[in-house]
Amino acid sequence: MLSRARRERGRETWRRFRRHRQAILGLALILLLTGTALLAPALAPYDPDAQTDIVATRYQAPSVSHPMGTDRFGRDIFSRVLYGARISLSIGLLAILIAITLGTAIGAIAGFFGGPLDAVLMRGVDLLLSFPRLVLLVVLVALFEPSIVLVTLVLGLTGWMGVSRIVRGQVLTVREMEFVTAARVLGFGRARILARHVLPNVLTPVIVAATLGIGNTILAEAALSFLGLGVQPPTASWGNMVASGRDAMLDAWWITTFPGLAIVFTVMAFNLVGDGLRDALDPRRVA
Amino acid sequence: MTSPLLEVRDLRTYFATERGEARAVDGISFQVQEGETVALVGESGCGKSVTALSILRLLPQPPGRLLAGSSVQLRGEELVCATESRLRDVRGGEISMIFQEPMTSLNPLLTIGQQVSEAIREHAAMSTAPGEREGVAIRRAAIEWLDRVGIPDPAHRYGHYPHQLSGGMRQRVMIAMALSTRPSLLIADEPTTALDVTVQAQILELLASLQRELETAVLLITHDLCVVAHVADRVLVMYAGQIVEEASVDALFRSPQHPYTEGLLQAIPDLDERRERLAEIPGNVPRATAWPPGCRFRPRCPYAWSRCRDAPDLGPTGPAEQASVRCWLVDEPERRSGSGFGWRKPASRGAVGEP
Repeated sequence: MLSRARRERGRETWRRFRRHRQAILGLALILLLTGTALLAPALAPYDPDAQTDIVATRYQAPSVSHPMGTDRFGRDIFSRVLYGARISLSIGLLAILIAITLGTAIGAIAGFFGGPLDAVLMRGVDLLLSFPRLVLLVVLVALFEPSIVLVTLVLGLTGWMGVSRIVRGQVLTVREMEFVTAARVLGFGRARILARHVLPNVLTPVIVAATLGIGNTILAEAALSFLGLGVQPPTASWGNMVASGRDAMLDAWWITTFPGLAIVFTVMAFNLVGDGLRDALDPRRVA
Repeated sequence: MTSPLLEVRDLRTYFATERGEARAVDGISFQVQEGETVALVGESGCGKSVTALSILRLLPQPPGRLLAGSSVQLRGEELVCATESRLRDVRGGEISMIFQEPMTSLNPLLTIGQQVSEAIREHAAMSTAPGEREGVAIRRAAIEWLDRVGIPDPAHRYGHYPHQLSGGMRQRVMIAMALSTRPSLLIADEPTTALDVTVQAQILELLASLQRELETAVLLITHDLCVVAHVADRVLVMYAGQIVEEASVDALFRSPQHPYTEGLLQAIPDLDERRERLAEIPGNVPRATAWPPGCRFRPRCPYAWSRCRDAPDLGPTGPAEQASVRCWLVDEPERRSGSGFGWRKPASRGAVGEP
């Protein structure tokens, strides 16, 4: 009984989402990317890090045997793009998970309890937002040895402020709603009211922000790796692949172009899905 | 006389606003006896809802504050200085409340059954059969309550979300939540205002029958005198943060003492009498930051005279009367003359808010 009503609501959202053509395209792209990332070992024609007979195999233009060509160490770009998808996507997803969790917690506490706590937390957010994110990232990464774990953590820890603002704003609205007063009238504790009655009602914009945020996070990871502060070679990430082809851009355009395109398509796909979700989940849209 | 269930004495709730201090509730006192229905009547903005929230100590502080000297006693226990944990037991457990908007007073993301269950669980208001798990007992109690408030097929409806129910059904769910914890006092804040007239009558009927059965006292907040005539035992008329008249329903409808009550009664459409337009009380309730000095109703009162520059006290209407009124007319009844609020003599509108 319970699940049926929930299913009905889900179906309604899905129906509205489906009408959004670009969002469906984005979703298809994401599924494709995730699929290829998961199946990379099976799909990749070559070992992404193997270097054999460099002089003979390097800088080969795209061909049947190397669909995206080879880089200056003779590694197959196609295989590296596939393996890079695993790194880029998982960093993006994990980092956004950290950001969402932190942002929701801080925003909810600030909005729900209000007063001086709210003021302090939000001024903290303002302060953090006043640094350009890349500068913050570079400083944090530079303090430690670059690694995948570090990049993920740092991206998560610098990405929560926007979410916390959204959540705070939503909580401020929801906590004034009558059902929250009704819950207080029934003697429920504040923690329970926040967790059970307020938070579930603010999650919609969080889901949208998360989807849109993945694209940004993947871009930030690419930027860090491009600067040599992110994922370290020989592990392939789209960012460091673009960086490695930088010097040979005019002679071997394929080295930077294909990982670059991978970044563009992925970010675009997540943004399209985010837009679609925002429209589909908007309760004001009656359709 | 038995000791009252609820005794409010000199309750003052002020709000800090940009225009200065708003004296939303300004020294009101009343009692509610066990099992009794008391109506609190007045126009929008006269402090009815603030009174209710003050009783439950649910006003945001700041900007609201309860003034020293205010007292709210539940069976002799002072709530104004009670601890938060004691207040949480009182809320729901001893005093429940239902609201005007059944559309927004249920959580849209939980099923109605879950919401009733949550109230029952919080106040452990169910009986557990031997060997029965707590969750099962709560669910059973919740379904029983949905049945009791007239939700058809309650076991099935348990899993429905608020948006799948009509306004009247939602208000029934609210009533189930509020009464399932077996409170001794139910505060109903405009419980039928947002409903269709036919549904209104059903909800009032339901409230009345549950009240008889559970012997719950009801503090009914409303601006609708028809509702009052229907269900209340006693009436408190509130104006500008004060109680201006208190009487039994019969007495109030038979002979309203305060000019404000008189105006409210005349504003009720009367099917037997054809009138060009309904009588109205000219003007609006003044702002709570600037109540008129003297009698607060003076700028809108058709009988006002020089004596009204002094504020009257709430006093008995006669030596043997149970009723009381805050008006000088008690001393000088001969001044109650002319057409009062009759439509024939439109009163001037300019004087409102001025001293």
